[in-house]
Amino acid sequence: MIETPLSAATAPPARSASAHAALRLHGIRKSFRSHLWLRPRVVLDGLSLSVTAGTIHGLLGPNGAGKTTALRILLGLLRPDAGTAEIAGRPSTDPEARRSLGFLPENPYFYDYLTAREFLDLSARLAGVPPRDRRERTGQLISAVGMEGRDDIPLRRCSKGMVQRVGMAQALIGDPEVLVLDEPMSGLDPVGRREFRDLILARRRAGRTVFFSSHILQDAEMICDRVSILEGGRLAVEGDLASLLSGEVRFWEVTVTGCDPAALREEWEPIATVPGETVGRVRRQEDLDRLLRKVSAMGGSVRAVVPCRETLEDLFLRQISRKGDA
Amino acid sequence: MTNSPTGAIALNTFREAVRDRVLYLLMFFALAWISSARVVALMTVGSEAKIVKDLGLAAIELVGVLIAVLIGVGLVFKEIEKRTVHVLLARPIHRWQFLLGKYLGLAAVVSLNTLVMTACLHLLLATHGEADFSLLPAIGLLWIEQLVMISVALLFSSFSSPILSSVFTLSVFVMGHLSWSLRLLERRMTTTAGRLLCETLYWLLPNLERLNLKAEAVHRVPIPSVQIVLAAAYGIAWSVLLVALAAAVFSRRDFT
Repeated sequence: MIETPLSAATAPPARSASAHAALRLHGIRKSFRSHLWLRPRVVLDGLSLSVTAGTIHGLLGPNGAGKTTALRILLGLLRPDAGTAEIAGRPSTDPEARRSLGFLPENPYFYDYLTAREFLDLSARLAGVPPRDRRERTGQLISAVGMEGRDDIPLRRCSKGMVQRVGMAQALIGDPEVLVLDEPMSGLDPVGRREFRDLILARRRAGRTVFFSSHILQDAEMICDRVSILEGGRLAVEGDLASLLSGEVRFWEVTVTGCDPAALREEWEPIATVPGETVGRVRRQEDLDRLLRKVSAMGGSVRAVVPCRETLEDLFLRQISRKGDA
Repeated sequence: MTNSPTGAIALNTFREAVRDRVLYLLMFFALAWISSARVVALMTVGSEAKIVKDLGLAAIELVGVLIAVLIGVGLVFKEIEKRTVHVLLARPIHRWQFLLGKYLGLAAVVSLNTLVMTACLHLLLATHGEADFSLLPAIGLLWIEQLVMISVALLFSSFSSPILSSVFTLSVFVMGHLSWSLRLLERRMTTTAGRLLCETLYWLLPNLERLNLKAEAVHRVPIPSVQIVLAAAYGIAWSVLLVALAAAVFSRRDFT
């Protein structure tokens, strides 16, 4: 597991999710014109959202929903046509507002003629890290993101995953109050994804705020306190994950062996067969009870009964299909 | 200096340029040019030393300007194209600081190049007992001309592609050396509109001939100090103006 040495060393005691907004978008409208003679395409249409300090907030949505545009407006890289973007109550175009912020872009590309150490040193200078602390912080973060022994390789020779790790390290170099991550898990192998999740959770434990966009809903579900789902440049759903996802069991996945699956047709829908075992989906409690009795009567055995509750992916797909129907 | 954001960006720009093979190719070309000056001088009728000085100063000017243009036009464009600018501008820095850092970084590169080439030229002259430090004011003004060309390249680079920026910047270089002809043309114009166009173009372009004292230096024509100081101030003023203009353009940009 990755520890965040900076937070451990310098963080104040963990704060409760205070009411003030670490990040805020209000009434954001943004359109892009691909050619002078074409009508502008609206990418964000009246988007308002607020990220509470000390929480992990996920920004989700299908491709082209406007997630990256929203993040770039928050960082002051894009100017909205209308609306305001704030970091800790200050306009995001004010450089001082960005002093408390770390950012990891999507598919990051950094100066490929620099080594990881040189790039982190540059990032530390730009983040305003005092000269006496720079070397120590750089070393700590190289180790924290698993780049030890590879920090003197030019970035042009690093793999995508290694560049992503360096990207996370540069985002953390100023020990920021707020971490903004655009698709942080992309390009990472399962171990890397796990390490990044741990790192994000460590930030929350240290009372920091994390706002990230992601396509990988399982990751978002595992770590987010709150999510916003964008669709067509508008906010489709927003809320605490716990309240958005009902805890009810939607169906059970049952694995049986030693009996004829066709005889269970009334109780379940078979979904997979592997040698000697059949997996099926049961939707009602009474069907499950009957199926268990039948299997036992036929001399078979039940290997597993897995209750399946609503996931973020279910919520996401339901929301998208509802919009599609509309 | 390098603790400030501008200094850090300048250091990085310098590092980028000195790790770029183009710089070494151009410097090798320049040194070969200066070294071959003696051979050319042997084959030419006239003062050998003057020809070496003439070719040496031309090499310092041309290669310096080529470095300013070839590296300068990609300075900002590459950052936008590869989106490295996103990470930098998400930091607590002003956009003008980013641009000034890029300018200072490349200015350091052309300064180093000018120093190396000046040293080589003087070494070549000294080995033949012809060391001439009166070339230094002219070289100083060539250096200022290169700073002006970096500003021009930076301005075009902040809103245009490298190929277009190269064309525009080299055009400014050529027209800047020929702007005196606009004055001549203006006198021959019969229409008011034509005269106004010549006058406007003359004032819109830097008069780079004011920074060209190569002939005077080679022929040891005395140059008043006031002329040198005024020419230097003129060049620096143009550079400051162009960097400010580039910063104004850059600060209004969206980074998609």
